[in-house]
Amino acid sequence: MGTRCGRQTVALSTKPTIYAFTSIAGKKEGEGPLGNQFDMVFEDAFLGEETWEKAEMRLYEKCFSQILQKGSLSPSDIDYIISGDLLNQCTSSAFGMKDSSIPYLGIYGACSTMAESISLAAMLSDGGFSAGNILSMAGSHFCSAEKQFRAPLEYGGQRPPSAQWTVTGAGAVCISHGGPIEITHITTGKITDLGIKDANNMGAAMAPAFVSTLTAHLKETGREPCFYDLIVSGDLGLIGKEIALELTGKEGFDISSNYNDCGAMIFDPQKQDTHAGGSGCGCSACVLCGYILPEMIKGTFKNVLFIATGALMSPTTTQQGESIPSIAHAVALSKLQ
Amino acid sequence: MTISNKDYSHLADKKSPDSPMLKNLIFAFTTGGAICVIGQIIINLCKSKGLSFEDASTVASVSLVILSVILTSFNLYNKIATFAGAGTLVPITGFANAVVAPAIEFRSEGYIMGLGAKMFVIAGPVIVYGTVSSVLAGIIYYFIK
Repeated sequence: MGTRCGRQTVALSTKPTIYAFTSIAGKKEGEGPLGNQFDMVFEDAFLGEETWEKAEMRLYEKCFSQILQKGSLSPSDIDYIISGDLLNQCTSSAFGMKDSSIPYLGIYGACSTMAESISLAAMLSDGGFSAGNILSMAGSHFCSAEKQFRAPLEYGGQRPPSAQWTVTGAGAVCISHGGPIEITHITTGKITDLGIKDANNMGAAMAPAFVSTLTAHLKETGREPCFYDLIVSGDLGLIGKEIALELTGKEGFDISSNYNDCGAMIFDPQKQDTHAGGSGCGCSACVLCGYILPEMIKGTFKNVLFIATGALMSPTTTQQGESIPSIAHAVALSKLQ
Repeated sequence: MTISNKDYSHLADKKSPDSPMLKNLIFAFTTGGAICVIGQIIINLCKSKGLSFEDASTVASVSLVILSVILTSFNLYNKIATFAGAGTLVPITGFANAVVAPAIEFRSEGYIMGLGAKMFVIAGPVIVYGTVSSVLAGIIYYFIK
């Protein structure tokens, strides 16, 4: 059973681990700097379906079948699925899992969903509520997200330099005991709002949430930033990353040598016209499962702090002039010898 | 967090690059101008075939709308607009794009509540406030003429 290290952090004592993981990405992500890292890249944005919503649902189905295959698991081996997405009422995730016959928990943490689902899965496992496997999953689709949050795809609008590109992709991890990567600590974020209202500048809206969770994690665990080979935020993008570095410095921590951002890593902004970088639930999920976890297995990173960030607004709150409340959840990962 | 909302707003502004104004203006001017030139060529052609100026203007408007609809349908208008900005937004082609784009996107929700209801989600305000403005202009013109 885990122990609380402070207001936001728990230390897990039974060594829940990441036993298996998989990533699936779209064509544009496949053409990016991490393109050859993903387990599957699909060329057709519709995934053989007729609507973007069904395409995103199919993304989840494919991700689910892929992790079962990679982990040599059958649905009966899995005690819970904890999953979420960006669409209203989390339909992609629920519709994608409706035939799985596995106890299902749907969550919404915007782009922080991957860290939120891993947090809950790890705590369920550590609390003794699952002796088997728990599946954490998150994903997003550029086209369905544009349709819901911005404008129709064919509409001729111009994106400002601070806009980010929603990642088409999904990632899943299977959490159980005996895997190669241990989940040591969970730091649950507090909602942060420093008054940013521009929905085209998500990085600036979310950076304070990242810094808040990071500083809470470091203070409550007593760890120094240099303990981690990589501190990675979810989708702050190029602008949010710069702001996060400066804010972290103001809080008295230096992360300049070991910090990166999934949104800044997944695309090449010059060649791919993605402006400030990637975003969406799929961004941190894909980069975690396609790049970070495989590199941990290889030995490139031993200790990683994964902090997925989420902007908790809706198109309605934006139109009503509200600022953007944001959140970030941290998962501390450690490669077992 | 030790930073105030006001200081953070300054920091975020400082770190967020502005839109490339000069580049955008040049692209908008040239593409918007090019669309107008195409319209003028159509008007001149129609007039040379004996149409009145008013009829020729109507043919030019309809032709540009059709051109925009075709480009939008083939997912090309938005690609041009990425560079052109206001150059493709302001002319009549931009209005056609604003109607057709949601019509395509929301077709999946059916012809009534999808295509029919959502078709004017972007262009609707232009029609509403355009009509209101023209009524107001008409009233003002009535009293000052």
